[in-house]
Amino acid sequence: MNIFTKAKGFWGTIGLVVIFSVVIQFLINGGTLNSFYVNALFSIGINIILAASLHLIIGITGQFSIGHAGFLAVGAYISAIVTMKLGLPFPVAIVAAGLAAALAGLVIGIPTLRLRGDYLAIATLGFGEIVRIVFLNIDYVGGASGMTVSHMTTWPWLIACVAITIVVIVNFTNSTHGRACISIRENEIAADAMGINTTFYKVMAFVIGAFFAGVAGALHAHNFYIIQPTNFGFLKSFDILILVVIGGLGSMSGSVIAAISLTIISTFLSNYPEVRMVIYSLVLIVMMLFRPQGLMGTKEITSFLKMGKSAKGGVQHDSKNTVA
Amino acid sequence: MEQFIQQLVNGISLGSIYALIALGYTMVYGIVKLINFAHGDVFMVGAFIGFYSITILDLGFFPALLISMAACAIFGVLIERIAYKPLRNATRIAALITAIGVSLFIEYGTIYIRGAQPEAYPNGIVPLKSLEIFGVKISGQSILILAVSIFLMIVLQFIVHKTKIGKAMRAVSHDMDAAKLMGINVNNTISATFAIGSALAGAAGVVFGMYYTKIEPLMGIIPGLKAFVAAVLGGIGIIPGAMAGGLLLGVIEALVSATGGSLWRDAVAFIVLILILIFRPAGLFGKNVREKV
Repeated sequence: MNIFTKAKGFWGTIGLVVIFSVVIQFLINGGTLNSFYVNALFSIGINIILAASLHLIIGITGQFSIGHAGFLAVGAYISAIVTMKLGLPFPVAIVAAGLAAALAGLVIGIPTLRLRGDYLAIATLGFGEIVRIVFLNIDYVGGASGMTVSHMTTWPWLIACVAITIVVIVNFTNSTHGRACISIRENEIAADAMGINTTFYKVMAFVIGAFFAGVAGALHAHNFYIIQPTNFGFLKSFDILILVVIGGLGSMSGSVIAAISLTIISTFLSNYPEVRMVIYSLVLIVMMLFRPQGLMGTKEITSFLKMGKSAKGGVQHDSKNTVA
Repeated sequence: MEQFIQQLVNGISLGSIYALIALGYTMVYGIVKLINFAHGDVFMVGAFIGFYSITILDLGFFPALLISMAACAIFGVLIERIAYKPLRNATRIAALITAIGVSLFIEYGTIYIRGAQPEAYPNGIVPLKSLEIFGVKISGQSILILAVSIFLMIVLQFIVHKTKIGKAMRAVSHDMDAAKLMGINVNNTISATFAIGSALAGAAGVVFGMYYTKIEPLMGIIPGLKAFVAAVLGGIGIIPGAMAGGLLLGVIEALVSATGGSLWRDAVAFIVLILILIFRPAGLFGKNVREKV
């Protein structure tokens, strides 16, 4: 495929996204979509960003991080401080939230990414808890009762953030750096031996993932009116993890599809939260027993459309195991 | 000073509960290299079984403790056979995700069955007087917790070092394939490990319920995670390490609460975890093993 058709495909997709978002905006303005559907749509968007950012860390780089809610919390609180306490505009808050979360990712990533597998998982889980407890203890942000935030997340901001997240992560995956990350996922020792600075790339993926989780945090905080430390416990981290695992570790489109479908399912089950969690956990267990590579494996949806062409950003064989 | 010793005693009681849970983590990790996330929930189930046997069956503390341990042992074996055994040759991450799934399933299954409302353990199941030594008041319950934990740990040491199944457990944790070649039934040994670990968690659940009086379906998460921290602190896979790590963590937490940081108590355990993973990943009692290709 030459560069010209690739670029045309890219702008074509962007055009479709713009048309789609304008149509949705008209439906929202015209009142065709009532607030229930609008809320569901906003949750879907935020979950797509979260799933995509965790996909970069777990699916592409193979670093099993289960403290993603920590970055979400950093983003949510920093953005809330920027808009509510400092009175700055919302776009500044989004960027500040992303940068703060990225900084947190850097600080936590450098020491913990030396660990592997289960130890990394537990260390990131611990980090998520530490973040939650820190916010719980700061009176400036309201402690346990949380912070009220005015509603600023609008549809154009949301769709723009989702589109930027996906474009950046897909392009990163297909770049030299992304390939280095994939090689770390496939075999870290071999990647090291090939001269790839594994620590650098692991931290890089971690920081980018944290940045977008922070952006999602800003959108989250300005969508739900109130943020409390209890919203960002490990159950939130597991919610995000489930999206990535079910979609297929290593598949961007899988994560997005899982984010959309699971958010719709949980919106309809929101009156029965325990039923939702029972179903989620059963799906998780059954999935690991019978299809550990997730719904899509490492394939992308584009590889089903053009049969025979190689999948983007994945290994070429359809392995029966989880990638990480 | 009295306050300090008081806190130290509290810390040791709490630490012995952590140690009981941590033993299950460390034994399972030592043998199948899996962080059994569901272990904290076995602890929760143990607390509820103890509660129901005291309130509904009208039993005393020790019969309730035994029933809870037996039921948790069976429960642990069931978890292992249904969820973990088919994944024994899968990647570590697949097993870890399954463990998270099992954990969530037990938590929310319990909520689905009996609701999320907490229960209060009945007071005065064991009529114990407080003890005063040098002006320091030590509650009878603390002493009971410590006695039960120490007794169970001695029993565990006996099982692991003096019995045939203990020898098999040590062999399997050392080298599973070689143990298989030597004619050890690996599946039964792993099940026995889960049974013993879960029984200890069940005992910890009953003791926890008696000490803190409040139990609820999500109570297993935080003690479970902290017990894992304790296991890592002592050196995962090492049984005396889990005991020492549990006690140490309990004391550290109690001292942090005593110096006015009671809200930070939960964070301290995780800070300890991250520090130990960075500076001494093999744990206090562990030996450093170099990775080979």
